Amino acid sequence: MMLFTEFVSPLMQSGSERIVMSKQLLSGNEAIAQGAWEAGVAVGAAYPGTPSTETLENLVKKPDVYCEWAPNEKVALEVGLGSAMGGVRSLVTMKHVGVNVAADPFMSAANTGVNAGLVLLAADDPSCYSSQNEQDSRYYAAFGRIPCLDPSDSQEAYEMAQQAFDVSEQFDTVVMLHETMRIAHTKTLVNVVGTRTDIEPRPYESRPEKFVMMPANAVRRTLAANDREDELIAWAEETPLNRVEMRDTKVGIICAGALYVHVREAMPDASVLKLGVTWPLPPAKIAAFAALVDEVYVVEEANPYLETRVRAMGVQLAEFPGGRLPRSGEITPAHIRAAFGVADPAHLPAAEGLPPRPPAFCAGCPHRLVYVELRRIKAIVTGDIGCYTLGAVAPFRSVDSVIDMGASLSMAHGMELAGASERTGRPVVGVIGDSTFAHSGITSLLGTVYNGGKGTLCILDNRTTAMTGTQGNPVNGVTLTDQAARVNPLDVPAGKQLDLVKLCEAIGVDEVQVVDAQNAAAIRQALKEATSHTDMLSVIIFKAPCRLIDRSRGKMPTIHDCRRCGRCIQIGCPALGRDETGHAVIDPNQCIGCNQCVQSCPFGCIEQE
Amino acid sequence: MPHDTSTNYGVAEGGASVKLDGTKTILLVGVGGQGTILAGQLLAMVAADAGLDVKVSEIHGMSQRGGSVSTIVRVGEKVESMIADPGCADIVVAFEAIEALRAQQFVREGGRLFVNDEQITPVPVNIGTFKMPEGVHEKLAEIGATVIDAGGIAREVGSPRSTNVVLVGALSTALPFEVAEWEDAIRRRVPPKTIEANLEAFAKGREAAQG
Ligand SMILES: Cc1ncc(C[n+]2csc(CCOP(=O)(O)OP(=O)(O)O)c2C)c(N)n1
Ligand code: SF4
Ligand code: SF4
Repeated sequence: MMLFTEFVSPLMQSGSERIVMSKQLLSGNEAIAQGAWEAGVAVGAAYPGTPSTETLENLVKKPDVYCEWAPNEKVALEVGLGSAMGGVRSLVTMKHVGVNVAADPFMSAANTGVNAGLVLLAADDPSCYSSQNEQDSRYYAAFGRIPCLDPSDSQEAYEMAQQAFDVSEQFDTVVMLHETMRIAHTKTLVNVVGTRTDIEPRPYESRPEKFVMMPANAVRRTLAANDREDELIAWAEETPLNRVEMRDTKVGIICAGALYVHVREAMPDASVLKLGVTWPLPPAKIAAFAALVDEVYVVEEANPYLETRVRAMGVQLAEFPGGRLPRSGEITPAHIRAAFGVADPAHLPAAEGLPPRPPAFCAGCPHRLVYVELRRIKAIVTGDIGCYTLGAVAPFRSVDSVIDMGASLSMAHGMELAGASERTGRPVVGVIGDSTFAHSGITSLLGTVYNGGKGTLCILDNRTTAMTGTQGNPVNGVTLTDQAARVNPLDVPAGKQLDLVKLCEAIGVDEVQVVDAQNAAAIRQALKEATSHTDMLSVIIFKAPCRLIDRSRGKMPTIHDCRRCGRCIQIGCPALGRDETGHAVIDPNQCIGCNQCVQSCPFGCIEQE
Repeated sequence: MPHDTSTNYGVAEGGASVKLDGTKTILLVGVGGQGTILAGQLLAMVAADAGLDVKVSEIHGMSQRGGSVSTIVRVGEKVESMIADPGCADIVVAFEAIEALRAQQFVREGGRLFVNDEQITPVPVNIGTFKMPEGVHEKLAEIGATVIDAGGIAREVGSPRSTNVVLVGALSTALPFEVAEWEDAIRRRVPPKTIEANLEAFAKGREAAQG
């Protein structure tokens, strides 16, 4: 039986007022959306990125708040800064590497401060579960000298999302709300108040001395940031977000975020200084804690962010008795136990000889045949970030570089300058997805055209931002509001979509063509032509929808007189395998009848009705 | 996939209505698209309704597109970490047999391992860079796994997509929550048209696990 009980938090009881709460199981991202909404956030802007994406996808569903996808994180932060300057509370969300993209407005916004509150959610990914690196975003908070709040579970994420707006307005500063994948994607119970604070927009008046960052003003704003830093340190010393928990005084551990719950799990008797604010740190509180325990340790993951700062305060950190913590990757309770010399529970060894199960292109994926043909011509592919990054792994192994969003096109130009194609006899091809092109590929293309660059560039237009879960983007014309209303990108009128052909032509690309990404022969022909002339810049737009937005199916093909050449197998369809005799077989549970294998059999042995 | 977040969990009068001895860790492993997330949510709902603390950790991102996936559910009076380290899972539920072997080191001594008797060939095997392991059933027997034909049972009740709920039925036999609580969670969480089939899948999963 489900119980609907009115839950009254002792913290929330004020006088005769009774605040009805519900207890909900929320991920960190859902909790942040709920907290921000209750704090009266009026504008949300973001570019998707794991593990931050669901925050705005949840916020957009709530009333009285406007949310949008920006083409990239720099734009998102600028939109948020504009709306905060204009007087309404604003939330901007991104993954850690997105903060790099937004770093330029970030560093100036750190000096200008805000009008209404502005909160930047930065979501880190220790161990790179779905990222190209595991940088710690808190370095940016320290770099810009803006406060950083670090929740340890969804309850705290919910509360801190609200406090962050108050802190932002109280100290006139952007606030970073920092989370890691485990906080973002772990559902924990949250006592939800459920009511929104009504906040009037703040009045707007021009304040060039605050928002026009030309040298004289910038110098003055830096002085203001100095004062703000002092005030924030005083606040960090007092705030209950930084909490000392005294237990056994032999061991004292300083930690924050997910590490706090791991420390509690692994070392339940240890005293803990739990930092809810990770910039600025409270020197006096840290020194006082250190004085209360025999040995002080810092437990953190991926980067020595806290350790370096605590040592710089003159606090003597003890050596871990069981050896130091790993220097990179996610830290789990087992690592912490090992560092303190506590034995692991007995368990079976990891099984040996198991085949790995990496992610692969879906059955019918529109990226597959493009890579089959790029592999055929032994192209040097400067790649990019998205589902199509999977062209780097078997059976394609056809990608030479993946660096950051947009790099495919600019690096292809660099490879041309190096004469790589002439020296290797292999064509250089830049390959980018539609969302990534809108994110930062357009400026790369502009640079190539402007400087008279030549070569072959491919835009893999699968009509969606697939990697992060089929978000809308400027190319397919689906806004975040459309997405919340479950609009399929394939139903968006052409006028609302970005016309990639016109855009490339306007930029000045010599030759632009659109090719059906499900037609192997057409792909082969287009690549052959484009890579054969060295005096032109060609853009080929390979177009066909991702299987997640187009679920249509064809008939399962039949295989007759298979000659066991294995060519079809090498297109890497999850539904295609071989039987014990080496003949190709199709798994009817996985086949969607896309016809790609039919096109790949050199003998016409695979047929589809 | 949109997650159900609207559920209100009551707080049982006088604390939890079910006593667990310490925090329990349940690890659900499988292949992208098999429904481990729904299974984890059903367990979380039941535990939360019983007034217990719950944490559910899901790994998204690159783990989709047919890769290995895992969901960790921890329940107890007060749950701290959301992670399951090797030797720390009281129960592992594997939706696929190779994934069961991959997860074997997570089972604690005396813990339970429920396995769906199905093998899904990973792409590296299809393309010939790796081989399927031999003697999977023997290996599973050696490590004391309870093997269940969850896919077969789901087809039998006319709902092939309920394989995950069959496994939830099996899982339920190793936890002290009432059958009615599980059934209630299923009713609230699955699409209305599929409630009856899922309840049957759940019941058959219980039977199969009790052997
Ligand atoms: C700066 C930055 N922001 C966000 C991400 C997260 N991210 C990785 S791939 C991707 C989407 C790629 O979409 P698209 O280019 O359309 O390719 P698809 O996945 O659809 O093939 C996003 C948002 C990132 N890696 N880096
Ligand atoms: S989600 Fe879409 S783009 Fe990504 S692998 Fe599957 S079909 Fe291809
Ligand atoms: S087996 Fe052939 S038709 Fe079926 S999904 Fe794979 S490539 Fe497409």
